[in-house]
Amino acid sequence: MKLFRIVKKEALNPTVGKMVIEAPLIAKKAEPGQFVILRSNEDSERIPLTIGDYDREKGTITIIYQIVGGGTMELDRKKEGESLHDFVGPLGVASHLEGLKKVAVVGGGVGCAIAYPIAKKLHELGSEVHSIVGFRNKDLVILEEDFKAVSDKLVMMTDDGSYGEKGLVTHALENLIGEGNQYDEIIAIGPVIMMKFVTEVAKKHNIKIVVSMNPIMIDGTGMCGGCRLTVGGETKFACVDGPDFDGTLVDFDEAMKRGGMYKEFEQHAREAECNLLKKEVE
Amino acid sequence: MPNMDPKKTAMPVQEPNVRNKNFNEVALGYTYEQAVNEAKRCLNCKNKPCQSACPVAIDIPSFIERVANEDMEGAYKIISESSSLPAVCGRVCPQENQCEGKCVRGIKGEPVGIGRLERFVADYHREHSTAKAEVPESNDHKVAVIGSGPSGLTAAGDLAKLGYKVTVFEALHLAGGVLVYGIPEFRLPKSIVQKEIDNLKDLGVDIETNMVIGKVITIDELFDMGYEAVYVGSGAGLPRFMGIPGESLNGVYSANEFLTRINLMKSYREDSKTPIQHGKNVAVVGGGNVAMDAARSAKRLGAENVYIVYRRGMEELPARKEEVEHAEEEGIIFKTLTNPIEVLGDENGKVKGMKCVEMELGEPDESGRRRPVVKPNSEFVLDIDTMIMSIGTSPNPLIRSTTPGLETNKHGCIVTNGDDGLTTREGVFAGGDAVTGAATVILAMGAGKHAAKAIDEYIKNK
Repeated sequence: MKLFRIVKKEALNPTVGKMVIEAPLIAKKAEPGQFVILRSNEDSERIPLTIGDYDREKGTITIIYQIVGGGTMELDRKKEGESLHDFVGPLGVASHLEGLKKVAVVGGGVGCAIAYPIAKKLHELGSEVHSIVGFRNKDLVILEEDFKAVSDKLVMMTDDGSYGEKGLVTHALENLIGEGNQYDEIIAIGPVIMMKFVTEVAKKHNIKIVVSMNPIMIDGTGMCGGCRLTVGGETKFACVDGPDFDGTLVDFDEAMKRGGMYKEFEQHAREAECNLLKKEVE
Repeated sequence: MPNMDPKKTAMPVQEPNVRNKNFNEVALGYTYEQAVNEAKRCLNCKNKPCQSACPVAIDIPSFIERVANEDMEGAYKIISESSSLPAVCGRVCPQENQCEGKCVRGIKGEPVGIGRLERFVADYHREHSTAKAEVPESNDHKVAVIGSGPSGLTAAGDLAKLGYKVTVFEALHLAGGVLVYGIPEFRLPKSIVQKEIDNLKDLGVDIETNMVIGKVITIDELFDMGYEAVYVGSGAGLPRFMGIPGESLNGVYSANEFLTRINLMKSYREDSKTPIQHGKNVAVVGGGNVAMDAARSAKRLGAENVYIVYRRGMEELPARKEEVEHAEEEGIIFKTLTNPIEVLGDENGKVKGMKCVEMELGEPDESGRRRPVVKPNSEFVLDIDTMIMSIGTSPNPLIRSTTPGLETNKHGCIVTNGDDGLTTREGVFAGGDAVTGAATVILAMGAGKHAAKAIDEYIKNK
């Protein structure tokens, strides 16, 4: 049996963790915008996570996860040196980043984990990169130094103004466009509601907008159809047609509703996992 | 003296009102005495019409004769010469259209219960035999098989028996393909599938899970790695939807998703970490085996009313007869000659009903079945909270989009040359649902079998 060893683990903030996983075959092929599906243990749920970074020489994949439900709590309980039971990828179509002169990369919350490799790749390809990253407050800020290293301009936003500028990423984007920055493309990754509003801004200024969708998914290989979205009036599957789509065509309201399908179950799973932790502490 | 009872020896089953609340196997299998008794109904016809109707050409009269003579191991040997997965086929083959459909005893009564006997022989062997499979002498040739469903497993088994070093690549975390994610436990216990897979491993077959060919490794790279031929048995792919309003509401599942959550992820168990909606009123759209599996699973999750909504009549249902009978016994309600035109949702985006029209049958269409046409002014609303779409699939795009030179038809199915499964790429063979579109386990196995033979000839003549 193959082992997917956790080479390194760190907490980026109280609710976001980062792991570097040994997966040489996937590391050889991974590109920004693609994702993996993992299971922590033999009886775990399958969780899709976007590839945060990859190192072809070392044969590792970096994942960044927000601890939101039973599945991610289980993942976070794994320690450095232990292994994940299953790790499959790279799935999905890689982001198309070639030939762009100037790009605004907009990341929200843990979505920044996906936005970062895209900004990095654009930087490597010689594009001018303006990164706008938003968080609820100072404590939740992640990847600041990483973004700095690959961006020609970095705007940090927090909802409460406790770090960077106060306000939403859409305000910062409006300001940059207002200052005369002409972008070939805007790439937005974060909560669905954020991508919806970034798309509104892009539409208003007639700029191409690409969003990265992260719907509920099981197999991730084009079999179950759980990840379907309505894009331009057609049914599309995020796992094989995406996860990147033209923002102007995505039905965001529907995607938000579908994303909440198992809220009650997740709540229950989270409580069960917390109880388990409590017991261990006692 | 043959047993001249016109009826098959009855199969012991769980009571309908007990079994529709659990996921344990419905049919319990023949006892030793019942099997011998049923085997004696076979007339041992010289021209063997049953064998000619079997996609993998099992020598049926010979194995049944062994059962009648109480030589169960001998019977198993005969079946094994033709089939790699007898315990599976005995349970899920549509025998009424194949072997049993051609049985001479069926002319004036019921055919011999060939499927039930095949199942008995395989189960008896599994429970009693301690003999390990003999690992054949290696011929030092490597073959890659993509997909560990019935087609891939059959090809792998046959090639391994010929001495090939076979690696099977599976995208999911568990091998078995549709046998583990699609067909429910109550029809095909997963421990039986696991045992069949273990048998292949004993033959020296390597199974690598979590490997999505086309993504992590391409077919071209498999050749670079020293594989001399590749068999693509990647199965059916994305579920089809009808394109009616409301299909994205919460509570609308594809049968693939619904069954994968239940079978692969075990969401029917209390302790499962994968959720599933336990609907009260469930409509399954479609009339095939997959639709029956989904409907019967929904019932077992506790639904009060489960409907099969199908646009043609009872006679036209494509599902196996036995599955339809079992579903009816378990309380599934058949709304035939009915077609949904819209899924209705509440203010939270959850399914609350399904608008349907009644149909009537007109002139036969190109499939030979009478074409359903809408009855005027027949609209009505069915109160449901869960809808499961089971109207077929279209082939998986991952391999065709990453394999230059591999021709596919307008539906996305891989184009092959006749029975051998040879594709437009040298050294690449394909079969099963990836070629035919959604079909049956046994047809996929038949394709795997033919391709294994063709691959052997191809490598020998290279």
